[in-house]
Amino acid sequence: MVTQPVQQTSPTFVGMPKFPVAAREALANTQQRTNLHNATHTIREKRAAVVGEVDDWEALRVAGAEAKDEALHHLGDYLEQLEESLTARGATVHWARDAAEANRIVIDIARAKEVDEVVKVKSMATQEIELNEALEEAGIHAWETDLAELIVQLFGDRPSHILVPAIHRNRTEIRDVFLRQMGEFGRPAPADLTDDPARLAEAARLHLREKFLRAKVAVSGANFAIADTGTLVVVESEGNGRMCLTLPETLISVVGIEKVLPTWDDLSPMLQLLPRSSTGERMNPYTTMWSGVHDGDGPQEVHVILLDNGRTHVLADSVGRQALRCIRCSACLNVCPVYERTGGHAYGSVYPGPIGAVLNPQLRGTASEVDQSLPYASSLCGACFDACPVRINIPELLVELRGTVAEQGGHRAESAAMKAAAWVLSDPRRLAVAQRGATTAGRLIGKRTIRKVPGLGAWTDARDVPTPPKETFRQWWAREHGDGTTTQRAADPGGRADGIPTSNDGTEPGGER
Amino acid sequence: MTAFTAPIADLKVALFATCFNDTMWPETPKAVVRLLERLGCRVEFPSAQTCCGQMMTNTGYAGEAVPLVRHFVDVFEDYDAVVAPSGSCVGSVRDQHPMIAHLAGDPGLASEVEGVRPKVYELSEFLVDVLGVTDVGAYFPHRVTYHPTCHSLRMLRVGDRPLQLLRAVEGIDLVELPGAEECCGFGGTFAMKNADVSVAMGTDKAAHVVETDAEVLVAGDNSCLAHIGGILGRQRTGIRTMHLAEILASTKEHPTW
Repeated sequence: MVTQPVQQTSPTFVGMPKFPVAAREALANTQQRTNLHNATHTIREKRAAVVGEVDDWEALRVAGAEAKDEALHHLGDYLEQLEESLTARGATVHWARDAAEANRIVIDIARAKEVDEVVKVKSMATQEIELNEALEEAGIHAWETDLAELIVQLFGDRPSHILVPAIHRNRTEIRDVFLRQMGEFGRPAPADLTDDPARLAEAARLHLREKFLRAKVAVSGANFAIADTGTLVVVESEGNGRMCLTLPETLISVVGIEKVLPTWDDLSPMLQLLPRSSTGERMNPYTTMWSGVHDGDGPQEVHVILLDNGRTHVLADSVGRQALRCIRCSACLNVCPVYERTGGHAYGSVYPGPIGAVLNPQLRGTASEVDQSLPYASSLCGACFDACPVRINIPELLVELRGTVAEQGGHRAESAAMKAAAWVLSDPRRLAVAQRGATTAGRLIGKRTIRKVPGLGAWTDARDVPTPPKETFRQWWAREHGDGTTTQRAADPGGRADGIPTSNDGTEPGGER
Repeated sequence: MTAFTAPIADLKVALFATCFNDTMWPETPKAVVRLLERLGCRVEFPSAQTCCGQMMTNTGYAGEAVPLVRHFVDVFEDYDAVVAPSGSCVGSVRDQHPMIAHLAGDPGLASEVEGVRPKVYELSEFLVDVLGVTDVGAYFPHRVTYHPTCHSLRMLRVGDRPLQLLRAVEGIDLVELPGAEECCGFGGTFAMKNADVSVAMGTDKAAHVVETDAEVLVAGDNSCLAHIGGILGRQRTGIRTMHLAEILASTKEHPTW
């Protein structure tokens, strides 16, 4: 296999501060904190309810993970089968090594069709490659038609959630931006628009309708690509996707190579797992499937761009490749206590939250500050792994990535501290000596509360410090039981009062094992 | 469910105090010793024990944890059961030690790890599953709320075992903690590397604790308690934090309060 380059960090996110810095700013964003708290808790409860009513959710998760693993473990074969099936049904398949190649293919097709605009179905892959920016640069407008993506686009903003990209905005803000911006891009919002959700949706519907009816070219992603039938599947809630997928003459779909599923049957677990995990719905509202071109029905020119952009790099990692199972449901975001407080922008990518903390450094490598910091943007609480419908062990992957970051150097103080700690902790005598520091402090401090410790500001800014004891447990044990081990044995007068074992286990203090 | 058929007193039980408890919270392992002896166990403290290596592993220095894993199996392999008052450290032994042995490329170590790790129990698991008790004869006449720590909840799946034990305590006024299953924000080095997010999470947790009007916040991990307790203390709430072992060890004759 030819080694593929990792994905390039796009210009939008170059120079993003590391996560703790961006997070500090996000924590102070009152409106966003409120919106995120309400939204994540609402979706969390809905998801828990509909997952709870499935007889054997765990069996479904296993089936979903197995289908994805089967595809990933024989990815080359299934991709070739997909290409054959698609071609046999009249579609044109393109291969894109990276974002630049994919964007160029889209632009070339749009130019060949002599259009200056395309309508878009909500798609993570096209956001990942920053297709809209590339199209804009080529003089082609890309109209987002998903309601929340439209809102984000009108704000000139970036999405902050995979599924609900405008989660950081409230209704009044949305009303205001509709009034301010819609007229710039097409049909203006009615002057008497209120923040009533039905009115907002109606304004968006009228604004978008003219774009749907006018557009000659649509661009989508795909949630799944079925190798044996050559079928692409888009799962959406609003119906805007179906408008894009059926009205224009030309349809271009940018599909990450990990989206392939071996057979039609594999859709069964996926279409049960995805809506329950993402929107908390039992069944998805609009599921559109198409296999190539059908005479006189739907787009008459169908292009599929199979996108690598770092994915084969992830696939080469035997532990990390499980992240490629991700079906972009965003259940991990909604249950994450870190995401709930920081929102998505702090992650410096279109992929935020726990899966973003894994995928970004996997896809882009760990050269940038933000990518180096992402594996640490988690308390490893495990809520994401529990919620993941395809059983991606996100905490395990974060720990693995922390190893990658630590290995590449640049953390001399931390590395030295960890080495020193390991040296102390690999020998009980060294540990006992080190513990004297704590007990000495404990004797000096007595019962006073510790509110400041030089060098520990990160802790003591908002938290008191536990007062060290006057005596460690092992000192107490040695005093009570001698240096022996059992509670039944009488105290050994030979045991040292400081708890340092006197038995000979073949090492001297300071010696290597 | 009792995992052993032999009488309890014949079990060779080791206390894994954990390095943090040994150094900072000796009252917790002391309480485990008192509690287990009261229930008829013969507890040993192998004094060669040190640390499970979790801090190194979770910070990205799994290689540094290899000698600690080696040391851990050497110290504990001859025991029938190893009991630790920390869901997090037991989680590290059960979930991470195999990965570290694999990383070390040492099949011998990997097989030793496989031998030891099923015998390592978090305190509430040992009491409920091995000893088969929920009423441990404790007395603690105070208003208490329980925070299930993430690793005990989602790595070990201790479920409601700690609550079963607490409910049986005489005199206790046990109140439910709102949002109990949400992480407190400690997360080991996360508390330092992402101090702002950690404190934001801890502040919300502390607010829930205050809501309950509890006098005591109890949990199975002193590290999480140090974080939540550090915030509760800074806010002068007057709420005390205690390890589960200390409440279960408390009796009318020897109260831990």
